[in-house]
Amino acid sequence: MSAMTTAPAPKDAAPTGPAPKSPGSFGRVVRSILKSRAATFGFALVIVNIVVAVLAPVLTSYDPIATDAMSALQESSGAHLLGTDALGRDTLTRTLFGGQYALAISFTATGLTVLLGSVIAGIAAYRGGIVDDIITRVLDSVLAVPAILSMLVVVTIFGTGPWVIILAVVVVYTGGVTRIVRAAAMDVMPKDFITAAKARGEGMFSILFREVFPNVLDIILVEFAMRASWVVLLISSLSFLGFGASPPTPDWGLMVAENRNLMAVVPLATLSPIAALASLIVGLNLAADGLAKSFGIDRMKEVLG
Amino acid sequence: MVTFFAKRLGWSVFTVLLATVLVFSAIQSLPGDAATQLLGQNATPSAVATMRQQLGLDEPPVSRFFTWLGKALHGDFGNSLVGGGSVAGEVGSALVNTSLLAGITIVIGILLSLVLGLVAGLTRDRWPDISISTLALVGMSVPEFVVATVLVLLFSIYIPIFPAVVIAGQNASLADLLPSVWLPAGALICVLAAYIIRMMRTSVIDVMDSEFVRTAILKGNSTSRVVFKHLLPSAMLPTLNVIAMNIAWLVGGVVVVESIFNYPGIGTLMIRSVQTRDLPTILLITVMSALTYVVCNLLADFAAFLLNPRLRYPRNSK
Repeated sequence: MSAMTTAPAPKDAAPTGPAPKSPGSFGRVVRSILKSRAATFGFALVIVNIVVAVLAPVLTSYDPIATDAMSALQESSGAHLLGTDALGRDTLTRTLFGGQYALAISFTATGLTVLLGSVIAGIAAYRGGIVDDIITRVLDSVLAVPAILSMLVVVTIFGTGPWVIILAVVVVYTGGVTRIVRAAAMDVMPKDFITAAKARGEGMFSILFREVFPNVLDIILVEFAMRASWVVLLISSLSFLGFGASPPTPDWGLMVAENRNLMAVVPLATLSPIAALASLIVGLNLAADGLAKSFGIDRMKEVLG
Repeated sequence: MVTFFAKRLGWSVFTVLLATVLVFSAIQSLPGDAATQLLGQNATPSAVATMRQQLGLDEPPVSRFFTWLGKALHGDFGNSLVGGGSVAGEVGSALVNTSLLAGITIVIGILLSLVLGLVAGLTRDRWPDISISTLALVGMSVPEFVVATVLVLLFSIYIPIFPAVVIAGQNASLADLLPSVWLPAGALICVLAAYIIRMMRTSVIDVMDSEFVRTAILKGNSTSRVVFKHLLPSAMLPTLNVIAMNIAWLVGGVVVVESIFNYPGIGTLMIRSVQTRDLPTILLITVMSALTYVVCNLLADFAAFLLNPRLRYPRNSK
């Protein structure tokens, strides 16, 4: 979220003309989210996932990577609450640690995607004309290539490091973000305070970051929450297919891939990471719904981008 | 309307072409090519050079692209750099298998989600809606590989009625594949249905609140007449785009699900061709997927014209 909250506050733009459409003060948004039980639950789930990922080393006494052949393939017991996997690693421990990779990479990748998408959208909306046409058409073509093919190509070119996965996500999702933010920025462009800023001789980027983005911040935030849920899905799928996190990293997607052949023996080793992954994405989805509702945005329209 | 579609068609062709160029150039920058990939690490430089010449890899990329394009327009997509067989044949047979999977998914998935979305919208905030909406939320929130894994656990291990993997190979006939298509299709349906259900529910609620539906009810029409005659056509409109987009998304889901079940379709072929840098195969798959994307969008536009008479007048069309 940090990439977004560093954008200057709307009040910077206030003196330049009629008060721009306010996406609602922070307090009001928080209040309206707390009013909805579903949204509160969603944010709580996401926060719990982040806290657990950060505190994982404190929460468990087992090592997520060290193998222990003597206690392989155990069912749930006092020593191993959720049992162990084929290499004797504690399932609970690996599940607790499993969010670190997914959360760190997903949030970085989503932040960069939304930032880049917004800047491209801003440029398209600001310049208009042929620049806008070219940007729209090229991004449309990127969207026509299936996401998974783009990701596979990027991963094959650059190998499978964390930054490569982040790059792949940026390649796949920037087009969609751009489409949505561009439409919103187009509505802001003809407003008087933009004309005033242009008359003052402000540069394009200054206008984008000080005048345009603060006024479409609601769209951008919903976009972030929604993309984050997709990115977590995509990254865990990549890990599952063997193109993401590499063993022995504790990662949910990878854990499902490692343990699913033993599902008949130790189902918990597969089901625990699945439950954790689902809780994070359900949380992100509910949070996105809550944000969209409190900003009065139609979320299904966002999906179509 | 004709100019609108002519324009749309033109942009669609352009989109497919540009997508092909993008993938072609991305593959160009892959380290190593099919020649080194085929001969392995211990090949002598001269052997690699000969191989490159045989495969036509020694020409400059731009001229290779146009050679490929010229032949492709005549229906010749070249031979697989790895298997040696014709790409069209290989992709074609994989496509037939994938069509079986996708066809079942699309037909069952769309019908199911339209009905569920309608029921949820009509019973807003009561228990049928709450349970359907919760299911849709879960469907949106679990990746295909998770649904697939859980389905295998339930229907291959606990209640062994479906095979967990497809044993029939690349040359399996459709009859061989039929028993094993249900679990992959089930996994895809769960993911496909979620967004369509949501969209359908939202638009049913919107339309129910509209004045013309209220009038239709007050006129004393039967519920079924109001639902099928007044509500459905309007509620379907915004849902069409979501359906089109989800079908295009299906291409991605198919890759994951096919590889889990070892299903001999486009997805499995795609992963293998990327791994072996089999450019002609990848390009044809790109063309097919980009075509799916633009055709879905065109069909959605066209269906919107049929369902919404207002769009037929140019003044109101975008």
